[in-house]
Amino acid sequence: MAAIQINLISGRTIQQGVAMESGKEKPAYRDACGILELDDAEFKRLGIFKNTNVRVSSEFGTVVVKAIGATQGPHPGLGWIPMGPWANALVDPNTYSTGMPTFKGTPVTVDVAENETVLDAIALITEECL
Amino acid sequence: MAKIVTDVVCPFCGTLCDDLEVALSDDGKEILEVYNACAIGATKFLHSQASDRLTRPQKKQEDGSWKEVTYDEAADYTAKMLVDAKKPLMYGWSSTSCSAQGVGAEIGEEVGACMDNTATVCHGSTLIAVQDVGVPSATLGEIANRADRVVFWGCNPAHAHPRHMSRYSIFPRGFFTGKGSKSRQMIVVDPRNTDTAKMADVHLQLEQGHDYELLSAIRVAIRGEKLPDVVAGISKEQIYEVADTLKSGRFAVIFFGMGVTHSLGKNHNIDIAISVTRDLNDYTKAAIVPMRGHYNVTGSGQVWGWQFGFPFCLDLTRGFARYNPGDSSSNDLLVRDELDAVFVLGSDPGAHFPVRSVKKIAQLPSVCIDPHITPTSAVSKMHVPVAFVGVEVGGCAYRMDNVPIETKKVVEPPEGMLTDEEFLQLVLNRVRELKGAA
Repeated sequence: MAAIQINLISGRTIQQGVAMESGKEKPAYRDACGILELDDAEFKRLGIFKNTNVRVSSEFGTVVVKAIGATQGPHPGLGWIPMGPWANALVDPNTYSTGMPTFKGTPVTVDVAENETVLDAIALITEECL
Repeated sequence: MAKIVTDVVCPFCGTLCDDLEVALSDDGKEILEVYNACAIGATKFLHSQASDRLTRPQKKQEDGSWKEVTYDEAADYTAKMLVDAKKPLMYGWSSTSCSAQGVGAEIGEEVGACMDNTATVCHGSTLIAVQDVGVPSATLGEIANRADRVVFWGCNPAHAHPRHMSRYSIFPRGFFTGKGSKSRQMIVVDPRNTDTAKMADVHLQLEQGHDYELLSAIRVAIRGEKLPDVVAGISKEQIYEVADTLKSGRFAVIFFGMGVTHSLGKNHNIDIAISVTRDLNDYTKAAIVPMRGHYNVTGSGQVWGWQFGFPFCLDLTRGFARYNPGDSSSNDLLVRDELDAVFVLGSDPGAHFPVRSVKKIAQLPSVCIDPHITPTSAVSKMHVPVAFVGVEVGGCAYRMDNVPIETKKVVEPPEGMLTDEEFLQLVLNRVRELKGAA
């Protein structure tokens, strides 16, 4: 299976907001934020169908999320993970003396991880930190 | 018949909508329905009623399980942690009232803490830029009544501030904008074709991270100077057209968000966005407003501004306030291993900090004050649930345009639960006892 390189950005979605306020320990939060939105062209390059789990890796970490079709696209060359622990497993923590981590514009590699599961927020943060 | 509480203020985002109506059960104890709110705001009110909500503090045991403790025990643990620490971080402060922020600042002074709010991962770049170059701003009321050129740069209010466009920026029929959205030209700058961009008259789908170049090109175009054929993926014809549109308006406003504050360039992206606004004032009236996220992150900057002189990244460890983003900012302090305790209130760094910082929080003595179970509470040693500000207790909050609005109490919190201000007061009293001051 192919692996592709894309530029990752993140941010709010209304589903992320609603799921967050409904409880970050619930599966709905994982379903809203443990996703990677890609253009159709990227699915072709990856050789997979939509709604397949993928492994996303950057210089700063790795996380498994479900790849879905872009809901606010097209955005060629860009991948989108809503703000949350899944995106933050990958982003560049360097602040370059501004205090602000570099949340947007992380180069990442995406490859297929069909048999791996997308962890919920608490399981993900517990696995990474404890 | 249900009892309706009117003019309720929504404690979710910086838009701070103040026209909500909440239907209560006959006994006034239960929220049945929320009217006028967006999906997120309504969920916040309704989730406060969840049957599985935590109502007492809990302390993590050696084996990782949680044990219920009293608020007094939790306050004692928190106070001892802060007093024993040489350099504790007190972070968050954005989902609470200004009076609670004030009590928190007193604790910070007593224990010599580093204090930071969510601006550090949100509009911190903006605060630095405003200190560098100033800011020509306006209230959302002025914008609703006057703005006929509205730019959303690197922000997506359709998702992040769902009622912003309908209450203030695009749709309202104002005094000088009588035809509502037809009175306005809407320009969206975003690397994605967002739901906000789909509504715009013009969408500049720039290359991600090239905001500075495009803003610079707009300054050039405003002055009528020559441009290269393409800047940041946008043709020069489109840039000239946008510059002309902005200059020809009677009142232009630029709203901007994380697309510019989070991308490389950071505060410099905002510097130049403010400079574009300043340039436009040579031709028409123009203002710029950050789309603040948490409902009272602005208030946190205000409170610390009047108490310490700085809006975020405070270092009180030397007995006086120092401010140096990059040095006294949460993520830098965490990654550099400079802290020995972490206290979080009204925020969730566990979900919203890069994981490298969260790993550091997990290794340190830590207390999380939050009504919800969150990734932060999961990695903390003590979790103290409190009443929801704006639902179960009132208090002052500042809207994104720095207008203070008093939030409303709608229902009582579950029996025996403290508000965050009450819990902070317990901690402050205990800190003073431990330090021999009371």
